[in-house]
Amino acid sequence: MSYLKIDHVDKSFQRGAQTTAVLDDICLEIGQGEFVSVIGHSGCGKSTLLNIVAGLTPISAGAVLLEGREVRDPGPDRAVVFQNHSLLPWLTVYDNVALAVNKVFAGQKTRSERHDWVMHNLDLVQMAHARDRRPAEISGGMKQRVGIARGLAMKPKILLLDEPFGALDALTRAHLQDSVMQIHAALGNTMIMITHDVDEAVLLSDRIVMMTNGPSARIGEVLDIRLERPRRRLELVSDRTYIAAREAVLKFLYERHRFVEAA
Amino acid sequence: MGHAALKDAPAGAAIVALPGAKPPGVVPLPPPAGRSRTRRLLPWLGTVLVNVLPPLVTVALIALFWQIAASGPQSSLPPPTKIWEEARDLIVEPFYWVGSQDIGLGWRILVSLQRVAIGFSLAAIVGVLLGSLVGQSVWAMRGLDPVFQVLRTVPPLAWLPLSLAAFRDSQPSAIFVIFITAIWPVIINTAVGIRNIPQDYRNVARVLRLNQLEFFVRIMVPSAAPYIFTGLRIGVGLSWLAIVAAEMLTGGVGIGFFIWDAWNSSRLSDIIVALIYIGIVGFALDRLVALVGSIVTRGTLTH
Repeated sequence: MSYLKIDHVDKSFQRGAQTTAVLDDICLEIGQGEFVSVIGHSGCGKSTLLNIVAGLTPISAGAVLLEGREVRDPGPDRAVVFQNHSLLPWLTVYDNVALAVNKVFAGQKTRSERHDWVMHNLDLVQMAHARDRRPAEISGGMKQRVGIARGLAMKPKILLLDEPFGALDALTRAHLQDSVMQIHAALGNTMIMITHDVDEAVLLSDRIVMMTNGPSARIGEVLDIRLERPRRRLELVSDRTYIAAREAVLKFLYERHRFVEAA
Repeated sequence: MGHAALKDAPAGAAIVALPGAKPPGVVPLPPPAGRSRTRRLLPWLGTVLVNVLPPLVTVALIALFWQIAASGPQSSLPPPTKIWEEARDLIVEPFYWVGSQDIGLGWRILVSLQRVAIGFSLAAIVGVLLGSLVGQSVWAMRGLDPVFQVLRTVPPLAWLPLSLAAFRDSQPSAIFVIFITAIWPVIINTAVGIRNIPQDYRNVARVLRLNQLEFFVRIMVPSAAPYIFTGLRIGVGLSWLAIVAAEMLTGGVGIGFFIWDAWNSSRLSDIIVALIYIGIVGFALDRLVALVGSIVTRGTLTH
């Protein structure tokens, strides 16, 4: 039995008398410890898909099953790393993570255990040094690190990353991708990442789910990336499997499902 | 020349040992000054002068103009010099106490401030709670907002007869007038602040499964704090406006009644002194709420 099962999910939004179909018959099974990327052009509903798994957006038809149980509401077992970090600006870095830890582990850990767990997760993303800073005082990349720490600190069954590095410059992005790969290798989390960056998808994923253009977006293709881990970006530049995978995704996105700008 | 010297220097040589010209970009530090205290005080003194001098000049000019305008024999208002003669005790001794009705303006201000403090605190608490409800629930907004919009246009003093009838005492009536005056801006601004909480923060709360109370304390209030304090600041200003008017009618020892009393016994100089007191206290109240707001909301405004 698969760990996470997205079973014939449809999603349409209703505005007045008009109904817009966003997702059409999405079926996907993800195993424990797998890293899956969802890629597609803007507006294809990939973020909607992630929000459905998170439980933040209600489903129109179908179901999402985590370990055989249907999920309907959001919860800390499906932690989300939001695109714009969504740290609470009035809390320090430490307090942002502690808010999650204190809520999720309220009855299970003692006060000092919770403190240690917050610091452990900040260490994991190399942000322990900035524990007393506020989000406004740290860079975009650092904010996203804290966002990842907050997600990991919930000990989720599955970590959902919604274009986590989209707003970062290329160098910071590469740095954070490496961090995510290390964390994934060390902890073996199941992760779903939404992205529109082909290299990022190929570098990080075990599988890439490619979405067709909306409305009524479907899963067009699923590509297995059979690359050894740990992966090093410099070695991969000339790796045949990497190049082939990259080409396959690019061809899907730019030949068969070119983005048609709505006039 | 400096560069050539750098090349010739042996590997271990310190840069300080460069002969001839100083290395570019290195500015020698001034020797530690003995008069550093004065140096640090001078700019501070400068800012004080820049901020204090212009209003002082303005006040002096107004006083001068007033003196000239009110000095004529038919003048109905007293000039500053006459005010000083007649109301000197009020100006120099705000906290004297002779009898129950012969007390310094400082005491009267304190009595009025106490009423404002009670009425305004109630308005702040009830206003934030009601505003949160209206901001959070669509149905509460549909039901309550039109009512609020109508009620908030009622002038403060129009509530006074009703409130006197209900409470049968001047003290709670005055407090109620303060309350009903200050609450509307608090409600309306809180509701706007709550409605403007970014969806991201709500999503964070949903993923964490924060309950209603946790959401209110952890997300809603801090996120809406800048709006709430805008409402509180408007509210405290309106309270101070209303208390003077309310006290004129209810009597007692407040600053408002003092003005009314002075008018009835034609002590115009006393009225003018009281006006200045009221203005300064109102200004201080406004700044106080703004200061508390800027301390509480630090970090909230910037993203």
